[in-house]
Amino acid sequence: MNTILIIAEHDGRELNAATAKTLSCAGEIGGTIDIAVMGHGVAEVAAQAAALDGVSRVVTVDAEHLAKPLAANWATETVALAGDYSHVIGPSTTFGRDLMPRIAALLGANQVSDIMAVSGPRTFKRPVYAGNAIVEVTVAEGSKVVATARTASWKATGGGGAAAIESRPAVAGPAEHTRYVGLEIEGGERPDLQSAARVVAGGRALASEEQFALIYDFADKIGAGVGGTRAAVDAGYCPNDMQVGQTGKIIAPDLYFAFGISGAIQHVTGIKDAGTIVAVNKDPEAPIFEVADIGLVGDLFTVIPELESLLG
Amino acid sequence: MKILVGIKRVVDYNVRVRVLPDGSGVDIDGVKMSVNPFDEIALEEALRIREAGNADEVIVVSAGGDEVQQQLRTGLAMGADRAIQVKTGEPLQPLSVARAFLKVVEREGVELVLLGKQAIDDDNSQTAQMMAALWDRPQATFASEVKLDGGKASVTREVDVGLETVEVDLPAVVSVDLRLNEPRFVKLPDIMKAKRKPLETVSLEDLGVAVEGNLEIGSYEPPQPREKGIMVEDAAQLMGELKNRGLL
Repeated sequence: MNTILIIAEHDGRELNAATAKTLSCAGEIGGTIDIAVMGHGVAEVAAQAAALDGVSRVVTVDAEHLAKPLAANWATETVALAGDYSHVIGPSTTFGRDLMPRIAALLGANQVSDIMAVSGPRTFKRPVYAGNAIVEVTVAEGSKVVATARTASWKATGGGGAAAIESRPAVAGPAEHTRYVGLEIEGGERPDLQSAARVVAGGRALASEEQFALIYDFADKIGAGVGGTRAAVDAGYCPNDMQVGQTGKIIAPDLYFAFGISGAIQHVTGIKDAGTIVAVNKDPEAPIFEVADIGLVGDLFTVIPELESLLG
Repeated sequence: MKILVGIKRVVDYNVRVRVLPDGSGVDIDGVKMSVNPFDEIALEEALRIREAGNADEVIVVSAGGDEVQQQLRTGLAMGADRAIQVKTGEPLQPLSVARAFLKVVEREGVELVLLGKQAIDDDNSQTAQMMAALWDRPQATFASEVKLDGGKASVTREVDVGLETVEVDLPAVVSVDLRLNEPRFVKLPDIMKAKRKPLETVSLEDLGVAVEGNLEIGSYEPPQPREKGIMVEDAAQLMGELKNRGLL
């Protein structure tokens, strides 16, 4: 019988949607599923976790030094809880990718990163080479399964649950060597590229930083995040943090617009899990059309204004 | 202060990898191999810290067979002072790499470890965090800015919602993200000079690290191809299609 512990991601007020996605991965593995909510003043977040469908129990660890998700502190507390569980799973967000390997090492295990499919209670499929290959990995008997669930591969579970909430005391004080300084939330009102449901991206064809403004404008009109190709970033048309692709961000929005993007492998590997890919390019031979769900051969400088006027 | 930079030999990021027909792995026969791009960024940062007078020595380390000496030489040509090959004929799982690198850290008295946030082959993103855990020292992952101040480092981290800053006491492990810097190009004279720099080989056994791991790697398969899409004639048709599908 599998006993699964999920590490909740939250900002102190709200449970991050990645937690419910991780829960659906755990549901596929099967067994009893508990959620650990660590933090300070987490009653509200714990209630949200308890309401998710399929949760047996919510375990809270509430202490002042756990208010921010510093891996050194959270890993220590997770390890203290882990004894009762066969599986410990977090989301493959920056939160989970920071924390879970620290937990894995303390438990003497290698982590299974980015579970995209479950083949058995200890056997999983995960992407490698930026999703250009999928490999099956089995965790040996006698070892805990420590893993992250690839958020782009799992739908959030629904509500309607009413799990019991238990609290546990923290087992350790703060790690003296690490101090949280602050968080600067980027992009203003624009949705975060990594989690946005819609993304508008531009490539080399934008030809200048000034003309890249066309991409921002269209993105803002449809409430989308903004991305760029490596070529656009290297040419200075848009900043580094917008790079989508193998060495940038790998994203899976419901709707992706590729304007003036040729479709280099490097870039395509970053968008393969998008729901619908729309490509607009002057070159009918551009490889982006091979992966596009809807393609339009045309000049982005006329197509974008036309789309905007059609939006009304 | 000594800085240790991990370097992994990986399939070059421009190569389209193909899964072998028997599913035993991906085809790397005759394929261009390079330094993992994130590791180049880690090395560039280490060199800049040394050039600013905040470190005395930059050591590059890689685990693998003799082929990894190529990538270590690239690191030396970029400007590292010396290189260490942790020699092993077996593929290592991240926890073993972390254990081996930590042995090097202890032997050399390293105070700052800089690693790429992930390797672009296995995409595991584990080694840095594991080193920090086993060492019981701070970790600052996905760094986009590293500022050293005495025995401390202020690190800005790229997290999903923005930029988080943490302050860590040294020794510490930092894993680096793309935005941190633009790695320098290697010039020909540097390649010549690198040939004379020391490259030491130490076996995994000599470090007292076993080849073991709790993961069994099964078969590889290519990803599911996307379904064939449609072409539209103009913006109006495109918009109509998006509205029909309930996407806009």
